[in-house]
Amino acid sequence: MSNIQQINRRDFVKLFGLTSTGIILGCNISSDRKKFIPTSEKDTFSPNLFVQIEKNGDVTLIASRSEMGQGIKTSLASAIADELEADWKYVKVKQAIGHEKYGNQNTDGSRSVRTRLEPMRKMGAIAKMMLISAAAKKWNVAENTCKAENHFIINTNTNDKIFFGDLVDDAAKLPVPDEKLILLKKVEDFKFIGKNLKSVDLEDFTHGTATYGIDVRIPNMKFAAIARCPVTFGTVKSFDKSDAEKVKGVERIFELERLVPPTGQFFGALGGVAVIANNTWSAFEGKQNLNIEWNYGNNHSFDTEQFQKKLTERVHKKGKLVPGSRGNVSSTFNKSKNTIEATYHVPFLVHAPMEVPNATAWFQENKIEVWAPLQDPQTARAEIAHFFNTDVHNVTVNVTFLGGGFGRKSKSDFVVEAVALSKKINAPVQVVWTREDDIQHSFYHATSVQYLKGSLDTKGNVSAWLQRVAVPSIVSSFKSMSDYASGLELNQGFTNNPYDIQNFRLESVKAEAHLRIGWLRSVVNIHSGFGNNSFVDELAFAAKKDPVQFHLDLLGKEKVIKGRSDYPFESKRLKNVLKNTAKIANWGKELPKGHGIGVAVHYSFYSYVATAVEVSVKNGKVKVENVWTTIDCGLALNKDNIKNQLEGAAIFGMSIALYGKVSVKEGAVEQHNFFDYQMTRMKDAPNIYVDIVEAMNEPSTGVGEPGVPVMAPAICNAIFNATGKRVRSLPLLDHDLV
Amino acid sequence: MSKSLSINGKSYTVNVQDDMPLLWVIRDIVGLTGTKFGCGVSQCGACSVLIDGNLTKSCSMPVSYGIGKEIFTIEGTSENLEFLRKAWNDGNVPQCGYCQSGQLIAATSLLDKNENPTDEDIDAAMSDNICRCGTYSRIRKAIHKAVELKNKSI
Ligand code: FES
Ligand code: FES
Repeated sequence: MSNIQQINRRDFVKLFGLTSTGIILGCNISSDRKKFIPTSEKDTFSPNLFVQIEKNGDVTLIASRSEMGQGIKTSLASAIADELEADWKYVKVKQAIGHEKYGNQNTDGSRSVRTRLEPMRKMGAIAKMMLISAAAKKWNVAENTCKAENHFIINTNTNDKIFFGDLVDDAAKLPVPDEKLILLKKVEDFKFIGKNLKSVDLEDFTHGTATYGIDVRIPNMKFAAIARCPVTFGTVKSFDKSDAEKVKGVERIFELERLVPPTGQFFGALGGVAVIANNTWSAFEGKQNLNIEWNYGNNHSFDTEQFQKKLTERVHKKGKLVPGSRGNVSSTFNKSKNTIEATYHVPFLVHAPMEVPNATAWFQENKIEVWAPLQDPQTARAEIAHFFNTDVHNVTVNVTFLGGGFGRKSKSDFVVEAVALSKKINAPVQVVWTREDDIQHSFYHATSVQYLKGSLDTKGNVSAWLQRVAVPSIVSSFKSMSDYASGLELNQGFTNNPYDIQNFRLESVKAEAHLRIGWLRSVVNIHSGFGNNSFVDELAFAAKKDPVQFHLDLLGKEKVIKGRSDYPFESKRLKNVLKNTAKIANWGKELPKGHGIGVAVHYSFYSYVATAVEVSVKNGKVKVENVWTTIDCGLALNKDNIKNQLEGAAIFGMSIALYGKVSVKEGAVEQHNFFDYQMTRMKDAPNIYVDIVEAMNEPSTGVGEPGVPVMAPAICNAIFNATGKRVRSLPLLDHDLV
Repeated sequence: MSKSLSINGKSYTVNVQDDMPLLWVIRDIVGLTGTKFGCGVSQCGACSVLIDGNLTKSCSMPVSYGIGKEIFTIEGTSENLEFLRKAWNDGNVPQCGYCQSGQLIAATSLLDKNENPTDEDIDAAMSDNICRCGTYSRIRKAIHKAVELKNKSI
């Protein structure tokens, strides 16, 4: 019988290079397999967890990372299919459930392709080897006289061929070949990798048939909305539900306790007052009609305007020295005739993915099942097991399509809420956040204030650089008293500052958290990218030099910085993207009146990006006209998808620069919805030109995030170029520039 | 409170209060989930449908408004929508896809009224629809492409 799991755990561990066998223990792959690949017939060949071939030739590939618009389902599948020599028209892609058998599934940090490309290629290669050996046996010839091509195995001596589907029975009986025998294809032989592949989900996306979390429907399910305290971690004092109960469709109203996560892990849930109804709108209306008195708690006095003042005062005084500083900054400043200083500010930001946080859960005796748009289903699963006191193996987490994630859907708080509600009402339930909930109760991208001081020598080169950074830490969401940015956070553009400056000093400044702090597309790089590139532009102006040339000079001699990862920083690659961007932007050309051009470079998620932006300023209002971006992300797995990502990153970065600001008064977020937390729209959208560096022999690096941090500084530098006005505090909206 | 609604040429009987927004009737009661919730306050266009051919934000229209009219959603089909779908495919437009139902409906409404929209027409017609993933330049190209495909087919 063919439906036998061919892979044992040791092979699996080997293939994935998992360092800890611990995370795989207790998982019986063979018995679980049927659960995640729905086989209509038994005659299938499943050489490993990621590939299944049926007799009719259909190939089902499993995407272990979540699809949130970054095109990962298509990208991972293309890597498998390429090595398998599959015909793309037979390929279907299925989303994996959250399970340790798939290795780490956390879809964050622009690392899915970087870490999964090779293992996925191996999965395809193994399947191909087994199909080849099945065919060779049939023909009674040596395996090396056979090759795979476009869904057939071909006998190269006779030109006979056998369809993949017809080899399923025989291949399934063969042992899995040793990993050492796997031969991966050469770059020049790639059929899908490095080409332009369209999303595998286009049909669904254009017909409204893709199932997002919010579209999940379970028989007899209820819908829920939760009123949460406007002040972070405030609690319910009392509530009157009489008006809410009058709303037709409302069935139950009760208090939901806050679930506090244990130190160091998980996200918990805020708690509040829950309204259960038989449709979403009644739940929303019921919530609207609640009268609740809150205990606001410790964060009631939080005020972002005051906080910004406090941080600004602090960065103007000495902070904590960060290791990695070099030379002597203060004596160089004392000697220099030309020093400049500047203070920059980025407000709190929120992700606002088009699909609001939501989750559907069904709590049953010894069995919890959830359906949700999750970037990190394994953490959600572990978190559910923790809070509901059960083993993870009793928890099934189904990952739906994500209507955008941007870091918000890495946090499983909304899933924990759904499970708690389902447990309480004893029925399946979907909790849906309103847009106001999303904007007012998020895990926010932290605000920052940074102070920079630099000096120029007589030749106009930067002789010293001092940078003080105050940014509330993400760690604060997991551990109290985390009042300084962590080393990992600072390593996003601050400690690993690429400039070749002899005297360099970085200081970290205290910044407490009064909101839940999370990560948002490109994270701390938003701050470092803005501060570094704005200040370099200011220095270039002071030195009376061209910004592009000034940047190139600052990057200095060619150097390779090893660091602790497998991806050393190479200054020549950063210079190369900058030169290319200057070229495609026709840098130095004469611009129409009222136009200006600015540039920014940034290295993040191991990728190199340079972006030039042209703006026009008419009647005091800024319009972004053109964006030119070059990325070097190593082996470019799916070029059109990478372009789409970079175009999207430009728009996302524009939203940050033009509009992004979450402000807090008396502990409560002041913004509500898209009318006061605005987004880039079609009328604002510039022309975007993306160039991808040919680096097929370099390992693949991040794509989803690295295009974001360059946008705000490039825009502000362009505004300076056009008007002489320097914007040091985001967003432009606050300066009446949009 | 039983009402009859005609959606994509099919008739549905629903039993809901008059003021429930059409969006939620379509999604939760009728069960057509292609029309999306994004903001609930006429700010994002995710919930766009056509009512008697007019582009409407279904989150902000009570169900009573739809009675006796023809409602068209992303699950439906029309000549212009089909050309747009092809163009969306050609240009590999969507990222997460969530806003694209609304984008396609808004673009259908544009082409229904304007056979050959300029960039300015597109700005005016499509700026109510937010795409957080930022697929605007592809949407713009795809609308032009749909016009091209349509002209070729005649
Ligand atoms: S949900 Fe209707 S416009 Fe946003
Ligand atoms: S494609 Fe994601 S919001 Fe438009």
